[in-house]
Amino acid sequence: MESNTIVRLRNIVVEYDGERVLKGIDLNIHDNEFVTLLGPSGCGKTTTLRIIGGFVEPMEGDIFFDGKRINGLPPHKRQVNTVFQKYALFPHLNVYENVAFGLKLQRMPEKEMKLRVAEMLELVNLKGFERRGVNNLSGGQQQRVAIARALVNHPRVLLLDEPLGALDLKLRKEMQTELKKIQQSLNITFVYVTHDQEEALTMSDTVVVMNNGNVQQIGTPEDIYNEPSNAFIADFIGESNIIDGIMHKDFLVEFAGRDFDCVDKGFSRQEKVDVVIRPEDIKVVPQIAGQITGIVESVTFKGVHFEMIVDACGYKWMIHSTQAEVPGSCIGMNVTPEDIHIMKKMEAEE
Amino acid sequence: MKAKSPAFPYLVWMAVFIIVPLGLVVYFAVTTETGEFTLDNITHVSQYVSVIISSIWLAALATVICLVVSYPISFVISRAGFSRQKTMLMLVMLPMWMNFLLRTYAWMTLLENNGLINKFFGLFGIGPFDMINTQGAVVLGMVYNYLPFMILPLYSVMTKIDGKVIEAAQDLGANTFHVFSKVVLPLSVPGISTGITMVFVPAVSTFIISRMLGGGGNLLIGDLIELQFLGGSYNPHLGAAMSLVLMVIILLCMSIMNSFDSEQEEAMIL
Repeated sequence: MESNTIVRLRNIVVEYDGERVLKGIDLNIHDNEFVTLLGPSGCGKTTTLRIIGGFVEPMEGDIFFDGKRINGLPPHKRQVNTVFQKYALFPHLNVYENVAFGLKLQRMPEKEMKLRVAEMLELVNLKGFERRGVNNLSGGQQQRVAIARALVNHPRVLLLDEPLGALDLKLRKEMQTELKKIQQSLNITFVYVTHDQEEALTMSDTVVVMNNGNVQQIGTPEDIYNEPSNAFIADFIGESNIIDGIMHKDFLVEFAGRDFDCVDKGFSRQEKVDVVIRPEDIKVVPQIAGQITGIVESVTFKGVHFEMIVDACGYKWMIHSTQAEVPGSCIGMNVTPEDIHIMKKMEAEE
Repeated sequence: MKAKSPAFPYLVWMAVFIIVPLGLVVYFAVTTETGEFTLDNITHVSQYVSVIISSIWLAALATVICLVVSYPISFVISRAGFSRQKTMLMLVMLPMWMNFLLRTYAWMTLLENNGLINKFFGLFGIGPFDMINTQGAVVLGMVYNYLPFMILPLYSVMTKIDGKVIEAAQDLGANTFHVFSKVVLPLSVPGISTGITMVFVPAVSTFIISRMLGGGGNLLIGDLIELQFLGGSYNPHLGAAMSLVLMVIILLCMSIMNSFDSEQEEAMIL
C-alpha cells in the first residue's frame, strides 16, 4: 500500500488564535482512492482539506505529495484542485470562461482548450450552457460548473469541501452517484469533506472519522459502521444505543442487570465499558423469551421500519423493526453476541 | 397610481430644485440681457476653449492619481479584519469632517514660499521651491480633497469580492498577478467607474481649489463661471452658457465611460 500513497500528512498541527484545531493528524491518501473526511462541524476536516490545497500552513508537521515535501508551496503550484463549499464561481465570467480559467493560465492552445472544456461540460451534463452567465444557473448547475472547472485541469487529487451541502435531498443523491461515477471513470483521487454520515458511507472507499482535531478511525465504510472503535463514532455513524457495562472477563459483559456473552476481549477485569448496540440489531420477542424486558413508550413510522423507544433498566432503548408493537405493552428484547460491541470508555472531553 | 404617491414629495423637490434651475440655466444661456433669443453666448464660449481643455486635463490627471493611490488602499482595507476596516475607513473619512475651505487654506500655508514645507527644506539648505500657484498645487488640492470619493466606492465593491473566489483562482493556478488581473480588477470595475465619476465631475468644475492653490494664473472653467456671476465681469448669460457647455462635456465623458463598462456592470448586478 505504501508505494501508491499520493498525499501523506504527518503529525499536522494547526492553531487559530491559540486554539488547536488540528492536534497532530496522520493520514495517508492513496492513488485513485475516494477518501471522505467525516465529522461534526468544527472537527477540523475542512482545515485538513485546506492544508492539502495549500491555503493553510501547518504549525507543525509535514505534508508530502507524491513523496515530495510540499510545506510552503503556494496553492497555484500544487497539482490539486478544489471544489469549494459555495462553489466560488467567477461572477464576471460565463460557464465556458469559468471552466477554461485554469487552462488559459496554462496557456493551452485555443483549439485543445475548446475540446477539453466541451468534453468536461458533457461529463457534468452541461452541454449547451457555454455562454450562460453563472449567476443565471440553478444551485445544481453551479455545482456542476464548479466540478468541471476543477476537473478540467486533470488534477492528481480533487478536493471537495461539502460540495453538495446546498442542494436539496433528491439532487444530492443524484450528484452522489454521479460524483462517484466521475471519480471511477477518470481515475482521480477524491478527498471529500462532509458531515453527512450517509453520504460518506455511500460514496467512499475509505472513511476518516474526525472529532476535536483528531482522527478517530480510518477504515472502509463497512468497518466504520460495523466495528466503530469508540462510542463517539458509533453514535455519530448511524444510530446507536450506548449503555454502561462492566467487562467481567473476556467474552463476558454485564449490562442491563445481567451477563451477556460477547465476542470482544482484551479488557482488564471488571473494566467499565460502553456497550453499543445498533437499533436494528435488537430483536423483539415475547416478554418471557426476552433477555431484557421493557415497556414500549412510543412508536414512530419511518418508512422502511418503525422506530420504537423502549424503557428498560433505566435506559431508553431505540429499536428499529418492521413490526410495530402497541405503546404501553411489555416486550422482550434479545441481542446476539455478535451484535454487542464493547468499547473503552471515552476520556472525558474538555 | 397608488404606488407612485409616496414619490410625490420627491417629485416636487426634483421639479423645484433640479428641473426649474436647469431650465433657467438654459434660458439664460440662449437669451440676451433684454430677453431676446441668441446663440451668441454659446459661440462666445469657444474663446475659452483653452481654459476648458486645461480644466479637463487637470481634473483627469487628478482622477488618475486618485485612482492609482486609492486602489491599493481600498484593497488593503477591504481585506483587513472587521474592526481594522472600521478604523481605517474612519481615518479616510476624518478629513472630510473638516471644512473644505479650511483644508485648502491649510495646504496654502503648507505650500507657500515661506510655508512649512519650504522651511523644512530650508533646514537642509535646499529650496525654497515654487509650489503654490502652480498647476501641480491645483492637482494636489484636487487629489487631497476628492480622494475619499474614490476610496469609498472602490472599497464597497471590493468588500463584496468573496475571498473564496480569490482562493479559487489561486487553486486553478493563478499567481498574485493573475489573481489581480483576471479576478480582482474585473470585479472592481463598477467601483472604478463610480469613483472616476465622483472625482472627475467635482474636480472639473471646481473653482475654490484653483483660486486658492493656483493663484490668478491657473484659472479653470469653474473660476470663469464664478466670475460671470459674482466677479467683476458680471454676465450671467455667458456664465449660463459656459455651465451648459461644461455639462454637455461632462455628460459626454460619462456616457463614453459607461458604455465602456456597462456589460460588466450588468454581470455584477445579476
